[in-house]
Amino acid sequence: MSSPVVQLPEAQLRPLLAAYEASVRVRRRNTLLGFGVLLVAIGLSSVSAEISPSLFAAKIGNFTSYIGRLFHLESGALVFTDPVEWYWGLARWVRLLGETLLMAYVGTVLGAVGAFFLCFLAAANAAPSRWLRIAVRRFCELCRTVPELVFALMFVISFGLGPVAGVLALAIHCLGALGKLFAEVIENIDMKPVEGVTATGAPWHVAMRFGALPQVMSVFVSYTLLRFEINVRGAAVIGFVGAGGIGMDLLEAIRKFYYSDVSAILVMIVITVSLIDTLTGMVRHRLIGLEKR
Amino acid sequence: MPVRPQADVAALRDRHPHHFGGSGRDRYASAVIAGGAVLLLLFGLIQLGFFDSRLLDGLGRLGEVVVLMLPPDAGGWAHVRLYASALLETVAISLLGTLAAAVLALPLGLLAAKNVTTARVLHFLTRRSLDTIRSVDILIWALIWINVVGLGPFAGALAIMTSDMGSFGKLFSEAIEAADHRPVEGIVSTGGGRLLGIRFGILPEVFPVLASQVLYYFESNTRSATIIGIVGAGGIGLHLAEAIRTLELQQASFIILMILITVAAIDFVSNRLRFALIGRRGATA
Repeated sequence: MSSPVVQLPEAQLRPLLAAYEASVRVRRRNTLLGFGVLLVAIGLSSVSAEISPSLFAAKIGNFTSYIGRLFHLESGALVFTDPVEWYWGLARWVRLLGETLLMAYVGTVLGAVGAFFLCFLAAANAAPSRWLRIAVRRFCELCRTVPELVFALMFVISFGLGPVAGVLALAIHCLGALGKLFAEVIENIDMKPVEGVTATGAPWHVAMRFGALPQVMSVFVSYTLLRFEINVRGAAVIGFVGAGGIGMDLLEAIRKFYYSDVSAILVMIVITVSLIDTLTGMVRHRLIGLEKR
Repeated sequence: MPVRPQADVAALRDRHPHHFGGSGRDRYASAVIAGGAVLLLLFGLIQLGFFDSRLLDGLGRLGEVVVLMLPPDAGGWAHVRLYASALLETVAISLLGTLAAAVLALPLGLLAAKNVTTARVLHFLTRRSLDTIRSVDILIWALIWINVVGLGPFAGALAIMTSDMGSFGKLFSEAIEAADHRPVEGIVSTGGGRLLGIRFGILPEVFPVLASQVLYYFESNTRSATIIGIVGAGGIGLHLAEAIRTLELQQASFIILMILITVAAIDFVSNRLRFALIGRRGATA
């Protein structure tokens, strides 16, 4: 079913095309310029980062064979053929994974509680004093820009190897990230209830409790759950610097080329992370649903 | 001071029972949840060794560590130059990794988008593999790539590429699914094929959104690129970890300061670029 497309006569077509060309030319030039700058940046970066396509081409086989080896036991059989041998350390790994989850939970709760108390001081519409607000904001910024692992390294020096250092590192990072998000939530609330409570003669903390808090609580919980998901991933690798959790065993397995152990631990982590994501996702959707009601 | 008339609370309670009681079951449920959360917290604190005597000692030592970090001091110009070039390397790793991930993720995003890929199986498989890639942390990818291409920044760039491919694939597919389908229909109606429909119907609409996401990830990757050096994948992280482990704490705080300044500068530039790309409305996208 072909229908003839109407073709404009040549004379009518030419000015239209010319106008189109003119309007596109500037944009094309800008786009080309942007791409030029980007190419130069890529070139410089490649030198700095020692990118070498030939090395990559030569070694890419290693990647596939590495992934392949991950799923073979020492005897050469596929891991799925002998799950008992594959998961020989199941009891230990489950305990470590439990510790990882507990670290993520405690870190998230400590960070969220800290952020909860700080965010009222950091929000432009709620802060009792301007200087306090700026100080709190900068503090949160510092906490979330310095990576968890760096905090973990420092805490390992002072608290020794073990989960305490990891939990504190997670908590501080979480405090910085949530402090900012919470403050932004508070800045978006309706101020009328707060004014209403203040008008009855209530002091600041009462105005916050009954004016602001009911508006933000469910969003706070939802953000905290999101942060929990992130912290579970973080807690799994924070053991790389000796700060507790399953990361220490994983690092050892990777470094010592215990291939089937690496895949066993990775599969456990992936399954746990996706389970937690699904669960918290369900809770968050319910919370947001409650809000809309 | 005039005596204010007291509100008749009992009458108010009668008139607005809804605002006073709350539904009993809801309150009960939230009390139980809160109680459970606190108990779990206490259990966790005990289990993880927070009530050891070590905690107090540790706090004291942490104070000492912080005091030793001040003031930041690189310890000579040679170090400053070394750190600056390592920091540039970090930014380079992050830029290349992010761009490579974006290029690779675009076809994956199209495959994972419901409105482009009609084959349910293909769509589902792409989604699941992207999820799997995402749930493996960037540090683990760095370790795997170090085994493949050796220690150094190249492994770091590849790690960022792999880990971001998962995130970009998901974000891109969501942006594509949210795109308006009418331009595609228009193009198909003029006789264009499916590929042309994607190129002229979907891409122009989603490109600014995708570009702003890529920029945002570039920022956040600069932060992650500082840590992948800790496992040996190039960049400033190696120097930072070394400085902390050898207790050269003034140098460590100097490096942290350098990272903070660099990240702030990149934030600033990429915010400008994002606004230029999509205008104010996309500031939160």
